[in-house]
Amino acid sequence: MSVLLGKKTRVLVQGMGREGSAHARRMIDYGTSVVAGTAPGAGGTKREGVPIFETVAQAIAATEANASIIFVPAAGLMDAALEAIDSELDLVIAITEGAPVQDMLKVVAVLETSRSTLIGPNCPGAITPGECKMGIMPGENFSAGPIGFVSRSGTLTYEIADLLTKAGLGQTTCLGIGGDPVIGLPTPDAVRLLNEDPATEAIVIVGEIGGSAEERAAEYMRAFGKKPAVAFIAGRSAPPGKRMGHAGAIVSGSQGTAESKVAAFESAGIPVANAPSEIPALVKEALAGR
Amino acid sequence: MKLHEFQAKAVLASAGIPIPEGRPTATPEDAAAAASKLGLPVVVKAQVHVGGRGKAGGIKLAKTADEARAHAKAILGMDIKGLRVEKLYVERAARIAKELYLGVTLDRDRRRPVVMLSTVGGMEIEEVAASDPEKIARGWPNPLLGFLPFEARALCVDADVPAAQRAGVAEIAMKLYRVYAGTDAMLAEINPLFIQEDGSLLAGDAKLELDDNALYRQADLAKLKEVGKDEEAEERARALGFSYVQLDGDVGIIGNGAGLVMGTLDAVRNAGGHAANFLDVGGGARESVVKAALEIVLSNPRVKSVLINIFGGITRGDEVAKGILAVLRDSKPRVPLVIRLSGTEAEAGRKLLEGAPLVSRATMDEAAEEAVRLAGGAGAEPPRRAGDGLTGAKLQ
Repeated sequence: MSVLLGKKTRVLVQGMGREGSAHARRMIDYGTSVVAGTAPGAGGTKREGVPIFETVAQAIAATEANASIIFVPAAGLMDAALEAIDSELDLVIAITEGAPVQDMLKVVAVLETSRSTLIGPNCPGAITPGECKMGIMPGENFSAGPIGFVSRSGTLTYEIADLLTKAGLGQTTCLGIGGDPVIGLPTPDAVRLLNEDPATEAIVIVGEIGGSAEERAAEYMRAFGKKPAVAFIAGRSAPPGKRMGHAGAIVSGSQGTAESKVAAFESAGIPVANAPSEIPALVKEALAGR
Repeated sequence: MKLHEFQAKAVLASAGIPIPEGRPTATPEDAAAAASKLGLPVVVKAQVHVGGRGKAGGIKLAKTADEARAHAKAILGMDIKGLRVEKLYVERAARIAKELYLGVTLDRDRRRPVVMLSTVGGMEIEEVAASDPEKIARGWPNPLLGFLPFEARALCVDADVPAAQRAGVAEIAMKLYRVYAGTDAMLAEINPLFIQEDGSLLAGDAKLELDDNALYRQADLAKLKEVGKDEEAEERARALGFSYVQLDGDVGIIGNGAGLVMGTLDAVRNAGGHAANFLDVGGGARESVVKAALEIVLSNPRVKSVLINIFGGITRGDEVAKGILAVLRDSKPRVPLVIRLSGTEAEAGRKLLEGAPLVSRATMDEAAEEAVRLAGGAGAEPPRRAGDGLTGAKLQ
């Protein structure tokens, strides 16, 4: 079992350029069913053995793709995401980094009235280990099992997945939701999906400074949590007013501090790790204490 | 990217928002001449990219041209929160009856723009939010439709704007929203918005901060970008494609991925040390990038050790190792290096680094402890630099 993506996911790659094609190859090698790609002017050709189309609608008509992963440059992200949402794909994942906030505000306004789920932008993607990888993460750090995992980071997600895997804690689905201030699937929504997934026995929530998505996720778990959770917040030593790499990772005045997030999780009964290395032990404790 | 007040006001004026007559100047003589031209009294205002200029003595009223000259002389070269004043704006003084706050920014939780209006003007909106939260009225326009007339009217009613000014304030709020959306702003703010003695409205101050990701389509405004002395290294890093933030400690940090680098800074703090910087080399870093990153980190004289933390995914451990070896071949770094390589080709990378003058550790925690030890051990909290802390009413 898993959320959002699995064996039945048929993936369209929007933007089969150099990067898109390279990652399409890695996804295929992982076992993902990549059925189509789009690239302007290349319709009718094949790349990495995948048929290329001019439009998303054409690709869906020919291949029954039900999900897409977007690799287009930032200036084209809004258009690509809206095209995917317009075609009512179940799942749209935007890897693209550097999208203007005004563009994402428009995309989200359309998304809210649609039936699609959007993950990202500026994210590593999502993976249901052993079934489907829709992202740029190294598949070997992940393994199948009962842990649901949501993270705003990229590399830190791989690091923590690797720690979980080495500790024998496989994952149902890992959702890398992205580091931008406006994203399609904010932390509380991702946590809700994992909380409602019967196969997920515990949830690992990796947040970072900026915004108050972690606080809202903690509130949600306090009210509706069906299973234990463990959290980690990156950026506890970051000074206010400085953007730490991710566009969304900034403490603005009293908003978005690590202290507030840690306090919110702790008051909801969710232990917070001081370092990624502490996460596996905390998860095991949480599972044992159910 | 931040604009100066006079630049932001020019943008507001072109959107039809009333602003006081004013002139940018850079010398006391020009300030005196501007004062005579504009008509007295005038206000002489420091143009620096921080809030709280008034409290710092960077804004002064002048009743004569001589006074304007004297104020300009005093303000130019002044240090405001670590920034040196090099530009002034001389503006005809308003006849103020009342001050309002009006601003548009991003509400991250709602994923909508938020327009905020308050009859408590002149204070940072965060202070008002803390002291009189019920005195801030908010509206959340749909970005596909813009800020609609009924929403603007409701905002003015909710904020208890005097009846005589409601239509005018609503008009300015809609225009400010158009500026916000049209310039790809993260913050567009008029604080204070004056109601003058004759009942007319005037933008007393203006703040405009643009989305760096959208500068490619804001070519005219992007030209106004100024790089402060404290931002030069950050700008150089940006040009090379990675993000760098200077901090106060003495352990230099290089890593791949923003979250991992933040986690590394935290690991250094857990070990009792203080990071000198944040540096994310991004994905797939090659030899030349690693070399450039190391040079930027070492250009900070406070750095006493460098911690390189790489978790290889797309980035390969052997490529990173080659980059480090290239640096070591050219010159021996002035401080010890600690490296932690994990993930893709980490084993190959560690092999390449065998015998090189650096310390290798298996985990992030161990590497952080070693880097802190080599920097001279756990120390006390370093002094905060001026200019850190609140930089305005950003609520995004």
